Amino acid sequence: MSFFTDPLTYGFMQRAMLEACIVGGVCGIVGCFVVLRGLAFIGDALAHAVFPGVVISYMLDRSIVIGAFIFGFFTALGVGIVSRSRRVTEDSAIGVLFAAFFALGVVIISRQSGFRRDLGALLFGNVLGVSHTDVLVTVGIGAAVLLILFALLKEFTLTAFDSTLARSLGYPVFWLDMALLMLVTATIVVSLQTVGNILILALIVTPPATARLLTDDLYRMMALSATLGVVASIAGLYISYHWDLAAGATIVLTATAFFIVALVVAPDHGLLAHEIQKRRGHHHVHHYHPADEALTEDVPAR
Amino acid sequence: MNADANGALEVRDLAIGYGSTFTMQDLTFEVPRGAVVGLIGPNGSGKSTLLKALAGVIPARRGRILLNGTPIDRSSGEIAFVPQREEVNWDFPVTARSVVTMGRYRRRGWLRWPGPDDHRRADAALARMGLEGMGNRHISQFSGGQQQRIFLARALVQEPRIVLLDEPLTGVDSANRAVFYETIRSFAAQQVTVIMATHELDEVPHLCSHVCCMDHGIVAFGPTAETYTPEILRRTFGGQVAVFS
Repeated sequence: MSFFTDPLTYGFMQRAMLEACIVGGVCGIVGCFVVLRGLAFIGDALAHAVFPGVVISYMLDRSIVIGAFIFGFFTALGVGIVSRSRRVTEDSAIGVLFAAFFALGVVIISRQSGFRRDLGALLFGNVLGVSHTDVLVTVGIGAAVLLILFALLKEFTLTAFDSTLARSLGYPVFWLDMALLMLVTATIVVSLQTVGNILILALIVTPPATARLLTDDLYRMMALSATLGVVASIAGLYISYHWDLAAGATIVLTATAFFIVALVVAPDHGLLAHEIQKRRGHHHVHHYHPADEALTEDVPAR
Repeated sequence: MNADANGALEVRDLAIGYGSTFTMQDLTFEVPRGAVVGLIGPNGSGKSTLLKALAGVIPARRGRILLNGTPIDRSSGEIAFVPQREEVNWDFPVTARSVVTMGRYRRRGWLRWPGPDDHRRADAALARMGLEGMGNRHISQFSGGQQQRIFLARALVQEPRIVLLDEPLTGVDSANRAVFYETIRSFAAQQVTVIMATHELDEVPHLCSHVCCMDHGIVAFGPTAETYTPEILRRTFGGQVAVFS
């Protein structure tokens, strides 16, 4: 029992637990849309692009949330506009942009003396060092993100599944996409202290990808993903405490372990299930190919 | 202004394109209320593009699209669009009933969720499409023809004034086609205008009251009897189609 209670006798571990749980839950829910819309790369870009903002606020001794938000806001806007025009190859444009922003952050911080230590904390997070204020800020922003997400859940679902229908219904699809990118940005910003710039994407992508393997229902996927995010955060922190491992990275590896288990044993989408169905010679219903049924029409073409 | 008050869809001088180029321009035609229009033409002749412009999926660069003499109000859901099956993410975690219920979202408005009445309508529409009791299945578990019928059910619950269908019969077997024809006829009977892009030339005279022949623009538009003629079809398809009279 002391395995679980001992760490909690320390105030910093209590705060770390709370912070990691909120971050795990919010990332798990917002991440569902990142995974379903194939925005993993854009999410990574946003995470890197907020870095100069983090560095500048850190150097000015302000909350890193403010600087990160300012850079995240403009990056999200830039990404939204770039992905709207069909002429730019979207992913190269985003790649150029986010690498440059990240480098800018590194250059700024390298002007500081003793920058290597600071760099480590900023890149990989420092969940064991969060203050009461940090936790309160995380609670506030996390609640706001979830509130907006649930208020627009119907519209986000519609644009993610069938943006054609959304447009034909006159929905402001561009602004809905922007709103989603802003929510992802806010999620990244509040998660920076837990896992840092480099690993944040794992918290956003891994729990939803795991949940998707286990269910075919969006709302169950969101609930499951949030649960997995919270459980991975708690378990990761306990493991890192007892074995003296880096907290953020251990949380990420715990989430990865869940993913690998689900990948193997998931009832419908898992590797084992596929293998069993193949052995039995069953056609797997989830692998219906439209082409099977297509009548090739003799189409007059020029 | 011959179109007001009779519910006609009026397209005036419409130009469509991305960026600075027009893919089509000077599109002008008028579809009477309750008509079933067959949109025919060679591959790449602009059928899908025109449908998407009418649906508001791609922006009109110039010109007007009027319904009953006023600009279309898409936000009331009066235009239902059934896209080609390839354009939808069939791995998305939703059930058939959820997809059909999406047709009700606009009626509910922002910040409000579909209620029991919407779900009842969705189930009734699925039943009408021959998919009774299958609403809780994930969309990837349906065959191609069934997936198209789910979309048709979604168009039904939208209670539209115009239904746009992009090649709805591609990959749909003959058993599944009957319910399609029946639904399209019932739309027309309720004075809902249907515009359908199709490669099934043989079906056009039975199903369509009007024909719109396209080849990077409109070659001909009019009642089927006057427009579905060997001469016009030859002009549309560049002599590469066998025409039976």
